[in-house]
This record gives sequence, C-alpha cells and structure tokens, in this order.
Amino acid sequence: MTKQQANWSPYDNNGGTCVAIAGADYCVIAADTRMSTGYSILSRDYSKIIQLADKSLMASSGFQADVRALQKVLAARHLIYQHQHNKQMSCPAMAQLLSNTLYYKRFFPYYAFNVLGGLDSEGKGCVFTYDAVGSYERVGYSSQGSGATLITPFLDNQLKSPSPLLLPAKDAVTPLSESEAIDLVKTCFASASERDIYTGDKLEIVILNASGIRREYLELRKD
Amino acid sequence: MFRNQYDTDVTTWSPAGRLFQVEYAMEAVKQGSAAIGLRSKTHVVLACVNKASSELSSHQKKIFKVDDHIGVAIAGLTADGRVLSRYMRNECINYSYTYESPLPVGRLVCTQRSWKRPYGVGLLIGGLDESGAHLYYNCPSGNYFEYQAFAIGSRSQAAKTYLERKFETFVDSSRENLIKDALFALRETLQGEKLTSSNCTIAVLGIGEAFSTLDQETVQRLINEFEVVGEDPPAEAAAAPDQSDGAEPGPAAAAADDDDQETPAADQGAAPMDI
Repeated sequence: MTKQQANWSPYDNNGGTCVAIAGADYCVIAADTRMSTGYSILSRDYSKIIQLADKSLMASSGFQADVRALQKVLAARHLIYQHQHNKQMSCPAMAQLLSNTLYYKRFFPYYAFNVLGGLDSEGKGCVFTYDAVGSYERVGYSSQGSGATLITPFLDNQLKSPSPLLLPAKDAVTPLSESEAIDLVKTCFASASERDIYTGDKLEIVILNASGIRREYLELRKD
Repeated sequence: MFRNQYDTDVTTWSPAGRLFQVEYAMEAVKQGSAAIGLRSKTHVVLACVNKASSELSSHQKKIFKVDDHIGVAIAGLTADGRVLSRYMRNECINYSYTYESPLPVGRLVCTQRSWKRPYGVGLLIGGLDESGAHLYYNCPSGNYFEYQAFAIGSRSQAAKTYLERKFETFVDSSRENLIKDALFALRETLQGEKLTSSNCTIAVLGIGEAFSTLDQETVQRLINEFEVVGEDPPAEAAAAPDQSDGAEPGPAAAAADDDDQETPAADQGAAPMDI
C-alpha cells in the first residue's frame, strides 16, 4: 500500500532571478522581470523589487503570490514601526524583521527566496540573503532564484568577499565603484538569460546611495 | 440625589433615561486643554494648546497621525486618546492591507465598548476621502458629528465664538488662510497669554498633502506673519507691551518687563501672566 501523494500543491514556482551587490556607499539590487509558470510565460514585465523603507529594498524570486503577501505584511509592520518610533526602519532592523516574519510561518513557509539590500546606519551598502524560512546572513553580494546557480559562481570569481567568520572582522563591501557594479550585474544577467529559461525579457536595476534611489532597465533575451 | 444612585455603573440607566457615567466622561473632555479643527473643501487644519503641567515637564502630545490621510486631535484624558489613536492606526493599516486603498474617514468614527468605562476623551478627526476633506467630532458617548469647524476642551467657547463668526469663509479658504484662522481661534482660548510656537501645535492635511505636523520654526513664522499675539488683559497693572512684528518675543511671565515702557505696536502687546 503506497502512501497517497498530494495531487494539489499550494505552491507554484514563478521563476526569475535576483542579485544584490553592496558597495562602500551604494547598494545595487537587480532582478529580471519575467514571471513564468511551468514552461509558459505569464508576464514579461513583472517587478520583483520593492522598496520597503527609505534605505531598504527587497527582491524576491519564487512563488510571487507568497512574495506579494510577504511584501504587504512587511509594509504594514513598517507603518506600525514608524507610528511607534517616529522614524524609518534601518536596513539591519528590516533584515531582522524579515527573518522573523519568515520563521513565523516555519510550518507553512512563504515560498520566497529573498535578498534584502540597502544602506546601513553608517551609509555603507549592505546585502542580506535569506532562505525560505528566515535564516539570514549579511554578505557583500548575493544571488537567489532560478539563475542563482549560474550567477553565484561568477560573482564569487569576481567579488569573493571575506568570510563573516574571519577575525578580525573584515568589511563585506566590494571595492568596485557604482558603475562597475552595475556593469557586473548586467553581465551576470546577460549570461544567465542564455542558459536559464526562466530568466530573461528585461532587467530592472535599482541603485540606492546617499543621493537617493534610481532605476535602470536593460533588455534581455526574450526566448 | 437621584444622580448618585444611578451613576456608579456605565450600564445603569437613570430613571430619566440618562447614562451618568457617559455624561461624566464628557465633562472630562471639558477639562482638557483646547483642541480646534477647521476644514475647507481641500484641507483640514488641527490645532491644539500645549499645556505643560509644570515648568519642569514637557507637554503631552495631543495631535496624532493616524494615516497619511487622517489625523486626530484629542482633548481630555490623553492616555485614553493614545489608546484610541493606536486602535485607529491599526484599523487603517488593516483596511489598507485588505483593500489596498485608504480607509474612508466616516468608517473610523465608531469605537465604544459597553463593558468598560467610557473613554474620557473627545476626538477631532480630520480626514480626506473621495468626497473631499472632512472634520468629525467623536465624543465619549460614541456619537459623532461632522463639522465645518469645531473646538473642544477648556475655554473652547471663546474659540467657537470666533469660528462661528468666520466659518462660512472656510469652505473655499486657501491652506494659508485656514492655518491663520486656526491660529486666531487658538489665541482666543489662551485669553491673554501670548501665543508662541512653544505653546501650540498645528497639523495640516489636504488633497495632495499627507498629514504632517508643522515644525516650531514654521509655526513661529506664521504667528509673526499674521501678528497673532496675545491681547491685553482688561485691568492688569503695568502691562509691558511687546512688539508684535517678528522681534524677539519677550519672556512672557517675567515681572521685570514692567520696567519697559515702549510705544505699543499697531495691534497689541502681551502682558506678563500672573500665575
């Protein structure tokens, strides 16, 4: 008597890839804009990046319905924080909040693979990377999603950041300039789009620095 | 005599059909320091007097942001006011979460519980929705009314008299004039004390403008522009007139001002307060 398998899953994978790189005084977050299901494309122009606070951006790949619900919960929690503290949440605070929110649903997780990027209280770039249930770490760069397996080794080659376990603690930010980091990101996605069927269409890049926030777009392969 | 028998419990009616606990709660509102609200078609201005309990302490916050499009000014038991503000903020957040649109103000105004004591605070709720700007007054009885302009708290009658004279002009008033009228109305409640940015708070919201509290510099500048200073009290001895057009406001309560006899400026001077 074999165990009966579920014939319905509450989850779906909408594909897509996210990347974030932290610099000395900037942070770059990028994600493709393709949303798929199975072998079909649902949208060529769906943004996976959201601004949660003044200095925090989140990009998430995975099941976009769960991603959207997660974004709404974080936005509501941020409003409450602002009412209580009269100020915006810092990026490290938002990082902890995201971790707690994900673990809250430990036994029915948000199918969301997140990277959080922004500026910390000293103005330096910070990137936090997560798994689906909230385990997180501050890193110098990160990639999540269907193209992550193609992009991460490349970023390791270009940017290898020091281990957070090293003593004395070394800065996790990359020595690259802002424009170099943006070019690197564009290269990552151009390459990933070649081989990953779930990544392509358009690339949305958001850059956060002391002067504020700005967006760039790049066309990617549409096949 | 009858009043005392039926006033212990909020759930007991008096033979005359009154709930005394609720009426007593409304008295608490009259004890609080004044709060004023006015609205035009496009803006709402909330203003309140900051009364510190002693010179050593700071004043309590009486104007709260509930959402980008809703603000509330309270008079009475400020602690109760804060509880209600927190509840209203939650309601707005939950509504936006579910409907992805701002909570219509009219839905916010019903908040009483029957098994606890009534809230001892009056709320002036200013908000924006699709039909424009609104001002509501919510009293401890749970009733709410919509107003063009209203004042609550101690010495609010003076402000109401001013507002009753001018309210017909508010509908089409500009943002600046609305604030100016709020300052004038606020001055009426001070009755002799000088109006400065340190004893009042002003908040504005409007179409295209999220709720915000004006900072002290802006308020002082507006007070100076509109020459909204305290009036001479009737028969105080040795009043020391202050200049009313932007010069340094003199220390209002110092008796040493008696020595200064400068020519009074066009409008009025402020007399030191005897406390």
